[in-house]
Amino acid sequence: MKRLFRGGRVIDPANGIDGFFDVLIEGDRIAKVGRDLPVAGAEVVELTRDHVVCPGLIDIHVHLREPGQEHKETVASGVASAVAGGFTAVACMPNTTPVNDNANVTAYILGKAAEANLARVYPIGAVSRGSQGELLADIAELHGAGCVAITDDGHPTASALLLRRALEYAGMFGMPVIEHCEDSSLKGDGVAHEGFTAASLGLRGMPGACEALGVERGVLMAELTGSAFHVAHMSARASIRAVRKAKEAGIRVTCEVAPHHFTLTDESLQSPIPYDTNTKMNPPLREAADRDAMLAGIADGTVDILATDHAPHHYDEKNVEFDRAPFGIVGLETAVPLAFTRLVHAGVIGLPRLVELMSTNPARLLKLAGGTLSEGAPADITILAPDLPVRIQASQLRSRSKNTPFDGWELRGGVVATIVNGRTVYLNDAAGVVLS
Amino acid sequence: MNAAPSTQMDVPMAATSLRHKDLLGIADLTPAEIMLVLETAEAMKEVGLRPIKKVPALRGKTVVNLFFEPSTRTRTSFEIAEKRLSADTLSIAVANSSVVKGESLVDTALNLEAMNPDMIVLRHASSGACHLLSRVCRSSIINAGDGMHEHPTQALLDAFTIRERKKTLAGLKVAIIGDLLHSRVLRSNIHLLTKMGAQVWVCGPPTLIPTDIRRFGVHATSRVDEAVRDADVVMLLRIQLERMEGAFFPSLREYFAVFGMTEARLKQAKPDVLIMHPGPMNRGVEIASEVADGPYSVILDQVHNGVAVRMAVLYLLAGGVEHEETV
Repeated sequence: MKRLFRGGRVIDPANGIDGFFDVLIEGDRIAKVGRDLPVAGAEVVELTRDHVVCPGLIDIHVHLREPGQEHKETVASGVASAVAGGFTAVACMPNTTPVNDNANVTAYILGKAAEANLARVYPIGAVSRGSQGELLADIAELHGAGCVAITDDGHPTASALLLRRALEYAGMFGMPVIEHCEDSSLKGDGVAHEGFTAASLGLRGMPGACEALGVERGVLMAELTGSAFHVAHMSARASIRAVRKAKEAGIRVTCEVAPHHFTLTDESLQSPIPYDTNTKMNPPLREAADRDAMLAGIADGTVDILATDHAPHHYDEKNVEFDRAPFGIVGLETAVPLAFTRLVHAGVIGLPRLVELMSTNPARLLKLAGGTLSEGAPADITILAPDLPVRIQASQLRSRSKNTPFDGWELRGGVVATIVNGRTVYLNDAAGVVLS
Repeated sequence: MNAAPSTQMDVPMAATSLRHKDLLGIADLTPAEIMLVLETAEAMKEVGLRPIKKVPALRGKTVVNLFFEPSTRTRTSFEIAEKRLSADTLSIAVANSSVVKGESLVDTALNLEAMNPDMIVLRHASSGACHLLSRVCRSSIINAGDGMHEHPTQALLDAFTIRERKKTLAGLKVAIIGDLLHSRVLRSNIHLLTKMGAQVWVCGPPTLIPTDIRRFGVHATSRVDEAVRDADVVMLLRIQLERMEGAFFPSLREYFAVFGMTEARLKQAKPDVLIMHPGPMNRGVEIASEVADGPYSVILDQVHNGVAVRMAVLYLLAGGVEHEETV
């Protein structure tokens, strides 16, 4: 079966493409990108010049919660949320119950993903057995079962030595180590960014230095081992500075930023809803200077990837005292509107850079098949409408959890359709595009 | 957060009721509302001096004192205040509640609500616990101390006690010395005193000073002499033993040597300085006994005034002037 997407702006940074082209797919593959491609035998999808056709978006930092925490999310509900957010693929974190530290858990997740048959799911394995920080997990086995990276996310890798070993060992398979950068002693029992807002609300703080120290440690271990080190969910200005310096020095380090960290500051803890547990995440919302440093890093290329740190938690778990609530918010279905509104329309970056941050670079880091519209690549495509008005409604999210601080937000820019392997897995009725 | 700077804020302004469902913190009050509480408390104090210390102002109202942290002074003070206003009161301490069975705070509150109380006085170890209840409860929530956030009735009774002696708050130099980081009393007092035009100096070891505290509009120092010099009021905050284990300072002995309020240090203050402490006191740590028991101490006045101030808060939140004839 052939399908021709005609009339939209095609952006494929991997091939330096940005212009009004046709995109032809045949079956589950990209056949061609060009002008005036023959329509014979193809279903024609008419787009307008206000639509963007790009390689499918990839979120490399998602908590799908299955196995073991299905009251928060399942693989099925998570990928439904992903495709509604424009993501054709997600990489899922290993902090499930049990931890994804062996091939059985990996296979279980992949089985659930195949059943759901929506977004592609790439499991990330644990660095250490049970993520306990003592013995290395069976990394070759994880790699063989389909894991694309390793991490003890949720916590930092327990010691510099273990991180070093993990980098060396995972490097054998070309897998990066993804690190939740944090110095546990500086974090202490902190629940919010250490600053005026936390002082004022009487919340225990964790300073930006707590994260940056973890970044610096990782950078040194990356330099020592020559392996690829990836900084997860970066939030502090000192972390950006550390990554920038490391890149200048030629060290193999990459980093990601989550939409909430380039959008919000810790003032959201105070208003509109004081002590809203949907503003509690780790790393925490920081002050304006940190948020602005994230924007600057996104603009100047220091930041490689936008990733959501989609962290679903049940309503009951969040409807408690601020310091007792779990860290994290859902992000899959709010990422695109936030990125358009706060990055593209705000003039921080252009559309090609957005696609690079959300598709090209994630695919490169984890060596995934997507991230490009090259001939023969999987027909994973996201169609975006940069000017589509979007109103975030927590109750309407596909995710099983509704823990978002963006409920009721009016944003500009959304998803029209998500296509995986040539198949339309999500179509936004509000966007007015006809697609089978 | 801070009201517009003025030196003459300490003048009654026309406020006749607290237009709030709850008292969550001093941060939410205007200077006029603070004055209203303090002036109402003067009338309430008189009630406590009568042979029959009871008025019918809250007759038929039900007040629940829900205390998730140990408290002697505050709970007793609220209970006496409620009884003097003729409210029906009950007190729930955490050890006796279903919370030990794993019930959430929200569920505990909703169950109490189902029995239709008018007010819930809440003491809880988590900052913001009162805000959470305020969102789910119809009853008025009165914050009797939430984590490290606020303890509004303490600041009000402190202000009442200062005004009794000094007539005004505006222009006074108030030094607050001790564990600033973990203190809800500090935060409520900063809000109140800066709103009312006092000059607030806070002092403690740098490890116990909250980030960016100057943004509250206060002077911060770790030199105790600077804080005490020419002070009209010196307020000491409790130092907890476990802070030493958290490496905030080396030892209680060293704390006392550097920051403890002694008679010698107090000589730098104004001759009519007031010594205050929200309790419970650690004698020989933040305050020397000679100072605590000395001529400048109004520490027991604070406790005494606490009842009148809490009566005023309960009365005003219950409706204020509409019951005026009953006082």
